[in-house]
Amino acid sequence: MSSTHPLDANDVIKVASLARLSLSDDEVERFTGQLARILDSAAEIAALDLGGLAPTAHPLALVNVLRDDVVRDSLDRDDVLSQAPSVNDNRFSVPKIIGDAP
Amino acid sequence: MSTLPDGWFMVVGLEVHTELRTETKLFCGCANAFGDQPNTNICPVCLGLPGALPVLNQRAVEYAIRIGLALHCVIQDSSFHRKNYFYPDMPKDFQISQYDIPINGPGYLDLPGGVRIGIERAHLEEDTGKTTHLGGTGRIHGSDESLVDYNRSGVPLVEIVSCPDIRSAAQARAYAAELRSILIASGASDGRMEEGSMRVDANVSVRRGEDQPFGTRCEIKNLNSLRSVQRAVEYEALRQIALLEDGGTVRQETRHWDEDAGKTHTLRTKEEAYDYRYFPEPDLVPVTPTQAFIDTVRTGLAPMPAERRAALVSLLGEPNDAQIDQLLAVVEQGLDHFVITAVNAGVNAPLALTRTANELAASDRSLDNLDAEAIAATLLLEQAGDLSATQSKAVLAEVIAHGGGDPKAIAKSKGFEHMADGALDLVIDEVIAAHPDEWERFCGGDEKLQGFFTGKIMAATKGQADGKAVSAGLRARKN
Ligand SMILES: [Zn+2]
Repeated sequence: MSSTHPLDANDVIKVASLARLSLSDDEVERFTGQLARILDSAAEIAALDLGGLAPTAHPLALVNVLRDDVVRDSLDRDDVLSQAPSVNDNRFSVPKIIGDAP
Repeated sequence: MSTLPDGWFMVVGLEVHTELRTETKLFCGCANAFGDQPNTNICPVCLGLPGALPVLNQRAVEYAIRIGLALHCVIQDSSFHRKNYFYPDMPKDFQISQYDIPINGPGYLDLPGGVRIGIERAHLEEDTGKTTHLGGTGRIHGSDESLVDYNRSGVPLVEIVSCPDIRSAAQARAYAAELRSILIASGASDGRMEEGSMRVDANVSVRRGEDQPFGTRCEIKNLNSLRSVQRAVEYEALRQIALLEDGGTVRQETRHWDEDAGKTHTLRTKEEAYDYRYFPEPDLVPVTPTQAFIDTVRTGLAPMPAERRAALVSLLGEPNDAQIDQLLAVVEQGLDHFVITAVNAGVNAPLALTRTANELAASDRSLDNLDAEAIAATLLLEQAGDLSATQSKAVLAEVIAHGGGDPKAIAKSKGFEHMADGALDLVIDEVIAAHPDEWERFCGGDEKLQGFFTGKIMAATKGQADGKAVSAGLRARKN
């Protein structure tokens, strides 16, 4: 989705699949229009000459929000596991994973 | 010292993940502890529950800076991003990592042989949970589930990315070994590869000339020991060369190292590669360490392995090749203070080095709390001739097993009284008298029988005789 190529339905389908969203054809059409307008707004800002300004890393004027390295109580395991759809051997059970993690 | 076919060269870069030795996780106060009962160190933050807010661990920042300083990196203002992917080891469906501006920018690492390997970056990120795959090879046969323990989820990691400056499999191993020593020396990590606290991925490509552009690279995952780093890099380079010599092309892909089979196999191709859609982490603000803080961390850094090797070299004077191998190993394993303590106590440097490199390094016990003075005292007894080499090693084993102790008392309890020369002479004469045929052959030049007689004498003295004195006694009688 570089500025040289206008957003189209294929981009929306790709972004949706990356986010594990299943969209109907109507939704693809609707979101293509909405996302294109968002990108147009961003393009207006991108067009400004901001060469003299430092990039904004965060909208808040705060840095170095840190905590001490001190252990605090964790949650009760049984309470947590009681919320899980499936548990085995005190661990969360999930459908079999094929392949290694990224 | 390339082992590749003539005219071929490899190019390697390593990505090393190391867990930091903090008390708590990177963004929450859960304990960072290896080996605890599953899912006992978890909270809303590291479980990714909605509304939970991460707060950065100050000690993790300090440890990351220690690593950066030890690797001569530029320490800079940095921020965090979300790396998005779906995999059950990451309950938030994103990993908080550093992307365009890491806390540590470019630096370098000098190998013991003098070769300099560039460091591209060393950034902070959180570890993932631990998945156990059941089924064919799991404990529950035929099952089709995976189990997840989130104790490790959110543990602080630093990922150290080297430049593609490594040129052989042996050099890849040497880099990983030296980096491991540096990480341990910095105090930021325990470097335990067998526990997964240091993990290595290798990017490998080959080319037909050192001046040629880099070839297509493959990333090798699952390198869990220094040995597998070397084996996997070697295997992968040879695989790519065989492919190219057959007229094929290398596909850019991620490959998995199978230690048992000694092979790599495809995990996913470039087309299947993840699209991580990095974007700034809105819940965390930038990290901007002051120069004063960086200087404090620098001042507190312990001596690095290169400096410690130089210290051992100066104790030895002009070490021979075997001693150089020993001192590399001793520093790599963090045992050099035993040598220095012994030498300061009056033990000669070669004896202190060789006993440390063998008896101490070979121990499968933790040496973290071992009393270096007790080791030095044992070696002083050996040096004075009060203990034979064999007895000294037995006393050392006892001292190591108990983390210390009085070597004189241990020697006494084992019956290691120093044998008077007269007593030894008597035993030697008896053994010779009992084996006249063997003695005749030994005197006739059959040198193999030296071991036979030494063994008999050692058995007769219950190992109390000094090997050198036995050897001298036999030689004196032979002539
Ligand atoms: Zn937590």
